[in-house]
Amino acid sequence: MGMSAGNYAKKTAIVLALALGLTGICSRAPAAPKEAKIGFALSMTGAAAAYGETQKNGAQLAIDEINARAGKNGIKIVPVFEDDASQPEQGVNVFNRLIFADNVVIIIGPTLSNTAQVTDRIAQKAGVPVLGISNTAKGITDIGNYIFRDSLTEMQVIPDTIRVVKKKLGIKKVALMYGNDDAFTMSGYNAFKKALLDSHIKILTEQTFSKGDRDFSAQLTEIRSLKPDALVVSALVEEGSGIVSQARELGIPVSVPIIGGNGFNSPSLIKNAGKAAENVIVGAAWNESSSNPLNRRFVRAYTAKFGSPPDQFAAQAYAAVYIVLDALKRAGSTDNRKALRDALTHVKGLNTVLGKFSFTKNRDADCTPVVEIVKNGRFTVFGK
Amino acid sequence: MSIFFQQLINGFFIGSVYGLFAIGYTLVFGVLDILNLAHAAIFTLGGLSALWLTTTAGLSPWEAFPLATLFSGVLGLVLYRVAFAPLRRRADSNLSGLISSIAMAIVFESAAMGIFGARTVRFPEGMFPNRVWHFGSIILTSLQLEIVVVALALMVVLTAWLKHTRTGKAVRAVAESENTARLLGINVERIVSETFFVSSALGGAAGILYGLYFDALAPNMGHSIELKGLAVIILGGMGSIPGAILGGIAFGLSEVFTVELTGMSNLRDAVAFTVLLLILILKPSGLLGRGRVREA
Repeated sequence: MGMSAGNYAKKTAIVLALALGLTGICSRAPAAPKEAKIGFALSMTGAAAAYGETQKNGAQLAIDEINARAGKNGIKIVPVFEDDASQPEQGVNVFNRLIFADNVVIIIGPTLSNTAQVTDRIAQKAGVPVLGISNTAKGITDIGNYIFRDSLTEMQVIPDTIRVVKKKLGIKKVALMYGNDDAFTMSGYNAFKKALLDSHIKILTEQTFSKGDRDFSAQLTEIRSLKPDALVVSALVEEGSGIVSQARELGIPVSVPIIGGNGFNSPSLIKNAGKAAENVIVGAAWNESSSNPLNRRFVRAYTAKFGSPPDQFAAQAYAAVYIVLDALKRAGSTDNRKALRDALTHVKGLNTVLGKFSFTKNRDADCTPVVEIVKNGRFTVFGK
Repeated sequence: MSIFFQQLINGFFIGSVYGLFAIGYTLVFGVLDILNLAHAAIFTLGGLSALWLTTTAGLSPWEAFPLATLFSGVLGLVLYRVAFAPLRRRADSNLSGLISSIAMAIVFESAAMGIFGARTVRFPEGMFPNRVWHFGSIILTSLQLEIVVVALALMVVLTAWLKHTRTGKAVRAVAESENTARLLGINVERIVSETFFVSSALGGAAGILYGLYFDALAPNMGHSIELKGLAVIILGGMGSIPGAILGGIAFGLSEVFTVELTGMSNLRDAVAFTVLLLILILKPSGLLGRGRVREA
């Protein structure tokens, strides 16, 4: 059958109308799949680069999974990764760019509490939600009602650790060692000190060190001479693994446990301290050996993709992307910052790699900390 | 009493590490009057490349460590070619070289981060034999002993090299006056290159030993030792090789005994740098320096 001129014109008109209609839709609102632009302000260079690296990996893994599963109608995530160079000034630039140029719907980060103190104020003013994934210092979420975090603070984790250790081992006197030039290790120190005093454990000595120190023999020799029941350390993992291996080398026996905070909860502690890491006890927000199937899958996928097992920082970044996804689904929009903020406050009992996750009414993380001990080169659950 | 001896060993040992780092530093700084701020970056790359050679390339430490030391020396040549040589004709070449060496330090460090990642890594456990000796409650490891011996041996060899070999004499001649050296038929360009090679090779060797003892190699590992190395050179006397080792040990001991005597470890750097300040006031040339007269 031949095509008549009239018929042809009609068909062209339909195609044209369709095309116009489609572009019309596109310019008004994104068609399915919906896309959410998320900004990441992470420390990829500078002092905290080790953390920024695994955070980016964790987030990237979650995004890849979500986008692969989004299908036709799901929400797809478009990440904008920026490097804050571990410096507050650079963090300010990054936040301004993410908020005003990239128009992201939420910012995940920044890596350091020091930076968050400055940058989160910009986001609060601009009405952009921020989800901190490794800020554990006091007062971050007090900046305003747009500031959230999924990282347990030292004040939440440490009292629990001391309580469990005292109950199980009956320690009476300890030596305390901490980094005195960093917000994270200082807040860990304050929390440890308070928890020790509250549970009537005697502090025999307090020794300090600085970021980047590699030799701790002087402090540890002093500590050894006092014969403490345990060594309590507030340090990031780099200094922490040095302290652990030198403590054992200098003859502080394995029967004296070394107790650390969040910073110790990393596979690189075991890797770098080797056999000396036995009997290290950590209070942590995330438990690698958790039997939660979600967590098992995460550890497997992460190890396969990046060649080394994830740490707590990767887990918190991974969880954060899923927390945002959960809120986005309920916000009814992928670019309304206010709606997303409101939806975030309603995250309740969400199943994440951190366990059942909710936000407290102060927008801090609400999940259960665990106390772990290193046995035969692995973190195992010590108690709850 | 046993604490005292243990702290003495600790201080002596950590001081030797500082001295080892400072030897290469002072060779270029004290002898050639060039402040090379990329020395800490080469120190880092020396350690990291040794790690790469032992783990990824699968060489034994006996092959890997000399290779990594050579590689650090070659990096020193690259550094000199890129950061210092093009500026040598300028009147302020030492100052502008200092700035361009900072740039090279950033390049080296970023390269290290790109290749090895930002994480702290270590040599495989048990790769290098480390025996532990107990004398009562005093503990000494063979690695500590080896580092002290290496530092002292290098000190002797380098001093002899500068004093007695033709090249060593040429280095000192160039340091005294480039023009005179040139008139005497010394290939100044070659001598300066060689000095950079030796200095950087020593820096790399220090990085390997440092990483071996502390079980920690990271792209930023040079930062903590950079400033101390500079202080050690000034403490020991500019350009003096034995001074660098002696200054390092004095620095290490002052750190350790501050902790021991005051019980306050955060006073460590304060005391060490106060000692430095006092020495500069009382003896501006440093412990073994001899005023304006150069010596090796």
